[in-house]
Amino acid sequence: MIEFKHVSVSFTQRKQFFEAVNDANFKIEKGEIFGIAGSSGAGKSTLLRTINLLQTVSSGEILVDGENITNYRRNQLRILRRNIGMIFQHFNLARNLTVYQNITFVLKAAGKSKSETETRVNELLNLVNLSDKANSYPANLSGGEKQRVAIARALANDAKILLCDEPTSALDLETTSSILSLLKDLNKKFGITIVIITHELDVIKSICNRCAVMNKGSVIEIGDVYDIFTKPREDFTRQLLSHTNHFSLPEEIISKMQGPIIRLTFKGDNANNPILSYAANTFQIGFNILLGKIEYINGLPLGILYVELIGEADTIKLAIEYLAANTADLEVINHGV
Amino acid sequence: MAFDLKAALLLTFGQTMQMVISSLLAAIIIGGSIGLLLFLTSNTLFLKNRAINQIVGVIINITRSIPFLILLVLMIPVSKAIVHTSIGPNAVVIPLAVAAIAFFGRLSEASFSDVDNGVLEAAIASGASKLSIVLKILLPEALPSLIKNITVTAVSLIGFSAMAGTVGGGGIGDLAIRYGYQRYEPEVMFICVIVLVLLVQIFQIIGDSSAKKLDKTSK
Repeated sequence: MIEFKHVSVSFTQRKQFFEAVNDANFKIEKGEIFGIAGSSGAGKSTLLRTINLLQTVSSGEILVDGENITNYRRNQLRILRRNIGMIFQHFNLARNLTVYQNITFVLKAAGKSKSETETRVNELLNLVNLSDKANSYPANLSGGEKQRVAIARALANDAKILLCDEPTSALDLETTSSILSLLKDLNKKFGITIVIITHELDVIKSICNRCAVMNKGSVIEIGDVYDIFTKPREDFTRQLLSHTNHFSLPEEIISKMQGPIIRLTFKGDNANNPILSYAANTFQIGFNILLGKIEYINGLPLGILYVELIGEADTIKLAIEYLAANTADLEVINHGV
Repeated sequence: MAFDLKAALLLTFGQTMQMVISSLLAAIIIGGSIGLLLFLTSNTLFLKNRAINQIVGVIINITRSIPFLILLVLMIPVSKAIVHTSIGPNAVVIPLAVAAIAFFGRLSEASFSDVDNGVLEAAIASGASKLSIVLKILLPEALPSLIKNITVTAVSLIGFSAMAGTVGGGGIGDLAIRYGYQRYEPEVMFICVIVLVLLVQIFQIIGDSSAKKLDKTSK
C-alpha cells in the first residue's frame, strides 16, 4: 500500500546540514494499522508527511498503491491528497467555520455537488457520532469531539489511507481510548490503512498491528507490535519501552524478602499454562507473588510476575531450572539470604 | 458676514468622509492584496519566494518611513496625473491612499500570519486548491483580526486627513485649524474636535462589534 524506498529527507538550517529522515526503507501493508514510535525529534512527523508530500523528499521513492508519487505535482498531487486523510495533534479545524462548514470545505474542494455534499456530511457526522453538533463552532467542542470532526473531515472524500500525527497526545486518557476505538472501527469497517505516529507507546500497544521505531532519523526496528514489545532487539527500543512499563518492584520490598526473588515473563502460549502451580506441586516449594500483571497486545498475552520462592535451597534451584525452561524469560532479582 | 458654522461643518464633514472612505477602500483592496502577497510569499505551504517578499517589504517600509506631510507634497505630481488637480479632497485622497495602503499592507500581513499554520496545513493535506484555501479558510480565519486592523487604519486616516489642509484638501481637521486655531475661534475648534472624537468612536465601535461577531474562537 505504502512503500518507502530508501527515503531520506534533509534540511539545511542556519547553514547546518540536518538529516531528518535517513534511508527509510519499509512497507506498510493495505488495511493494517501501522505505528511509528520514537521520541520527539526522531523524524517521525517528517516521515509521515512524506506520504502525502507535505514534506518533499531529498532522495528515494515513495510508492502508494504501487505508484511512485514522489514527483507528483499540482492536480495529480491534489487528487492523491484527497485519497489520503490526515489528522493532527491539535485537530487543526478552521475556528471560524462550523463543524458542517469544516467538512463541506474538503468535499467542495473535491468538486462534489451541493446535494452530494449534504448527504455525505450527514453520513460522516453520523459515523463519528456528532450529528447534533453540525452547527457548532470548534470552540464549543471538547477535544475528543474536535478530533472526531477532524476524522470525519479526513475521511470525507473516501480516503483509503489515514495519516495520524500524534492523534491523542492532546487528549485525556478516557478520550484517547474512545478515539482509538473509533480508529479501530474505521479500520475494520472500511479497511482503511492507518499510519499513526506517536510518542505514546500505549497507543501503539492498543491498536497497531505492526510498528517501526525511529531514532535520530533512522528506522531502527520494525515488526509485529507484540514482538517489539516483548522482544525488543535494539537497546534504544528497550529504553523507550522502559519509560512506559513502570513495572518494577520497590527496592525496600526486595531487601525485606527472605527467599530469592525472580521475575518471570510469560508470552504467547506459555502464558496460559498453570506452570507455577505445577512447579509448586512438583518441587514442594511455596510461591509468594509480589507483583504481577498480564496484558494483551494485539490479542496475545504478555505476563510479568515477581515471585518470592520459599523452600529448601536445592529444591528452589530445581524449581528455577524448571521455570526457566517453561517461561519466556526468567531473571533472578535477588538471591535471598 | 456671519460665518455659517453649520454649513461649514456639513461641507467639511463630507470632505473628511470622502477622503477617509475612499482611501480606506484603496487600503483594504490594494493594501490587503499586498498583505496577502507578503504572507503567501513568506509561507512554505503557499508560494514562498524570498525575492518578491523582500522587494515588496522594502517598498512598504520606505513608504511608511516618509512622514505624511512630506508624502503629501511628494505626491502632488502623482495626484495631478491621476485626478488632474493638486488641490482639494480628491487630490489628497492619493497621498492618503498611498500611506494607508502601506500601513494596512503590514497590518493585514500580520493578520494573515496569525492564522494557525496547522489549519492551513490541514487544508493543503485535504487536496484543496491554494485559491480555495485562501478564499474559504485563510480569509474567514483572518477576518476578525483584519477588521480590527481596518479600524486602526480608518482611525489613523482620520488623523492624517486633518493635515490635508496643507494642500487645500479641506475636511473637518482643516476647518479646526483654519477657523479655530489660526483665526482664534476656539468654539469652532472645539466643535470640530468633538466631531472628530465622535467619528473615531463610531468607527471603533462598528469595528469592534463586527470583529467580535465574526470571531468564533471563544465560547
